[in-house]
Amino acid sequence: MGEKRKIELDYSQLDSERMRLNVGPQHPSTHGVLRLEVELDGEIVTDVIPHVGYLHRCFEKHCEKMEYPMVTPYIDRLDYISSMNNEWPFIMGVEQMMGIKVPEKVEYLRVIVSELNRIANHQIAIATFGLDAGAFTPLLWLFRDREMILAILEKLSGGRLLYNYFRVGGMAADIYPTFKEDVLAAISQVRKTNPEILNLLLLNKIFIDRTASVGILPADVAINYGCTGPMLRGSGVPYDLRRTEPYSIYDRFDFEVQIGKGEVGTVGDCWDRNIVRYREIEQSCNIIEQAINQMPMEGDVKEAFPKKVRPPKGEIYCKAENPKGELGFYIVSDGKNNPERVKCRSTSFVNLSVLPEISKGYMFADLIMILGSIDIVLGEVDR
Amino acid sequence: MLNYFKNMWLGVYTVLVGLRLTLIHLFSRNVTVQYPDERYPIPPNARNRLYLDPELCDACLRCAKACPVNCISIESLRAVPGLTPPLKNGDKRNLWVTHYEIDFAKCCFCGLCTEPCPTNAINTTTEFEYSTTKREDLIYTFVKMSDEEKKEKEEQLAIYQAEQKKKKAAEAEAKAKAEAEAKTKAVNETKNDN
Amino acid sequence: MEQNFVNMLIENPWIAALIIVVIPLVFVVIYALIAILGELKIASFVQERLGPMRTGWKGTMQPVAEVVKLLQKEDITPDAADKPLFNLAPFLMFAAAFAGFAVIPFSPYFLPAGIELGLFYVFAIGSLGVIGLVMGGWASNNKYSLLGAMRSVAQIVSYEIPAAIAILSIATLSGSLNLNVISDNQSGWFWNWYIFGGPGPWWKILVIPFTLGLGLIYLISTLAETNRTPFDIPEGESEIVAGYHTEYSGMKFAMFFFAEYANMFIVAAILMLLFFGGWNSPFGDFLNQWWMQPVWFILKAFFWVFLTIWLRWTLPRLRVDQLMYMSWKVLLPWGFVCFFAVSLFVMLK
Repeated sequence: MGEKRKIELDYSQLDSERMRLNVGPQHPSTHGVLRLEVELDGEIVTDVIPHVGYLHRCFEKHCEKMEYPMVTPYIDRLDYISSMNNEWPFIMGVEQMMGIKVPEKVEYLRVIVSELNRIANHQIAIATFGLDAGAFTPLLWLFRDREMILAILEKLSGGRLLYNYFRVGGMAADIYPTFKEDVLAAISQVRKTNPEILNLLLLNKIFIDRTASVGILPADVAINYGCTGPMLRGSGVPYDLRRTEPYSIYDRFDFEVQIGKGEVGTVGDCWDRNIVRYREIEQSCNIIEQAINQMPMEGDVKEAFPKKVRPPKGEIYCKAENPKGELGFYIVSDGKNNPERVKCRSTSFVNLSVLPEISKGYMFADLIMILGSIDIVLGEVDR
Repeated sequence: MLNYFKNMWLGVYTVLVGLRLTLIHLFSRNVTVQYPDERYPIPPNARNRLYLDPELCDACLRCAKACPVNCISIESLRAVPGLTPPLKNGDKRNLWVTHYEIDFAKCCFCGLCTEPCPTNAINTTTEFEYSTTKREDLIYTFVKMSDEEKKEKEEQLAIYQAEQKKKKAAEAEAKAKAEAEAKTKAVNETKNDN
Repeated sequence: MEQNFVNMLIENPWIAALIIVVIPLVFVVIYALIAILGELKIASFVQERLGPMRTGWKGTMQPVAEVVKLLQKEDITPDAADKPLFNLAPFLMFAAAFAGFAVIPFSPYFLPAGIELGLFYVFAIGSLGVIGLVMGGWASNNKYSLLGAMRSVAQIVSYEIPAAIAILSIATLSGSLNLNVISDNQSGWFWNWYIFGGPGPWWKILVIPFTLGLGLIYLISTLAETNRTPFDIPEGESEIVAGYHTEYSGMKFAMFFFAEYANMFIVAAILMLLFFGGWNSPFGDFLNQWWMQPVWFILKAFFWVFLTIWLRWTLPRLRVDQLMYMSWKVLLPWGFVCFFAVSLFVMLK
């Protein structure tokens, strides 16, 4: 059923009362404390108004009172599914302001932990998306694999979810002896489970029917709203900061930027966004494999630590490719121990803003699928 | 029409593929860890509950300053040199810790407090099962000096400070005396010269 | 044929009737507990978990614990609800589901109410359940419940038509509406089952594809009628929280639960009676004694339960319009084709 399934109705002809439905903040599939005010005509969504802010924790104001190293635990709690990736742009920005060159080993270690965390994030994204569609089993299979990745990251940093692992000029702790074997084992497990998930969920006819040609996000709309990450790539725009503006050492790795091609429906539908995530897991596996083989195993990860983290007066915008899209921090320093101002360009918030645009005219069940395909984390939306 | 049959075939086929997969997994190994009986291995560097070794703490306040959530509160008293035993690692003890408590309801388990500690007194442990029914129970007091002891220490300090003051005063007096003497001497000398 | 062994044993008709009523009731409760346990355990094994392990040996007492928990829970009636309807709905639904047991022959010697129009009756009474469902959804005065009830009614009404056609075909094939007679017709080896064309001459092979198709159509329809995945949209938890029973708690929720499981057993029993030989042993006279026949019957019904659980943990959920598409554009036309073929076969035979 590849045809466009957007339902057009001439409401002037129908004299029916519309229903305003309040979805959330406590609802099984709003992925947190998001509240949606939905206007329904029967089962068809005529309007969606997202209300955010239930998890607002004054992140940016907090940063002004914190010294630079004390900000990282707060950054972990933005997008708590992919903490490693979150820490990177902030730490990288401070390092660039201070002119610190981190050792080679640290760069490789950062790439590896970030890509591992990207896999974990995409696994959760696919799993919860499947859960929104009613498929429960892929969720637990993916969580089983994610457990291996979390175990590696826990052994490295000491935390299971909130790592606080990046430091200005290096990492908090060195690798442990069996690190390489663990990473390779985790990758092979991920590669083993991936086809199963593809067959059980992503290629299932019911799942395709639910997601193909639903929530179509054209490329121009995506760019206008500032969507990034799998949202934008699902619409067919090959924009990946790791490739377009390679930061750190991403120019050394061989990987393909995945874009949605509309194989089962239209370019930019929910299925495309999800298959982009699925294929990015494979690409991340490739990157990790290359990185772990090139990585120097000797060396001190703490050798470039500055004595005092005190960037000179100035400002910087530093961005990195988060699993969910472009995460950027605008840091203004006035030469003191704490930043004068930090602005966070949080990915989920920007991506969520497109929801009202793309969900009108679909059915209520589709709205849930569209919301699931955006892959939001409310910690990042509300900050 | 062709699409209709194709969809029907795909529907049946993919459902069968899925059923086959779940049937295989039905008879495969289970990964559940039966939590209280068996446990998931916790790495030794896991950042769970903090532990403070009171014998190593010198109340330098670096941990309290590094804490992003201000969950560590420390009160201290100056130690009297000579009367004070050194720290466990042999370093000189400058301050007595009279009160050291960590509020684990506030703690965010970032581990930043352990990094600046000069004596490794504060450490993360692998202990994570300490849930309670009251918030007050989450405030852990690692050092609490008894009132008598505190009083004793304060008295010692007061004596010491008084001694120091006296000493200082005596020194100052002696100095002043010496100066005065020198002055008078000089005056006398000039007188004598005249 | 003897209709009921209880009537033979007990003289007093009133006591006999009471016993006849109590037997299926006890059976439904035990069956529901076993089905819940199967649901929990199969789900967890598919997902590589262990499932409940703490209650009883390997968690086997978990369903009992859950029922006890539900009974202890506070029975909340929302302020804005229409109270009489709200309180009536779960019991109506259970009554409708339980009334179906009147014509289910567990064995040739136990048919609670020996009426000739058993198939017709069970179909008619089964449709009553939907009234309880929409009653509950409407009386809750909750938008999610209302949406769930709306979806549910649309779904069950649509899927009753393909199911009815499948049943009609078998009625044509067997020439009877008495479930005991239909079951008796299929005695012998398993190739005498109606899913394999029923007893007949060798050229009944020609009709086997159509009877197989009818079996599949009826199976899919039963999934939809009992709100099982992939047709569980009336209670699609990711969309409309819990559908029509969002506002129910405690005993009333348990009644909905039991009604659902009783309904599941009814449709499984009908499927087994019509297509899979009912209480007959699949291997001719092997283990076909009077005491083995109910066991065969229950075992076959549990196979259906296993199938639905297996499907539930494999498939995602359909959308409302796809559900309708499936019913009206796929199952109904093919049902008519099969019905036509079967009728032709009966005429030629």
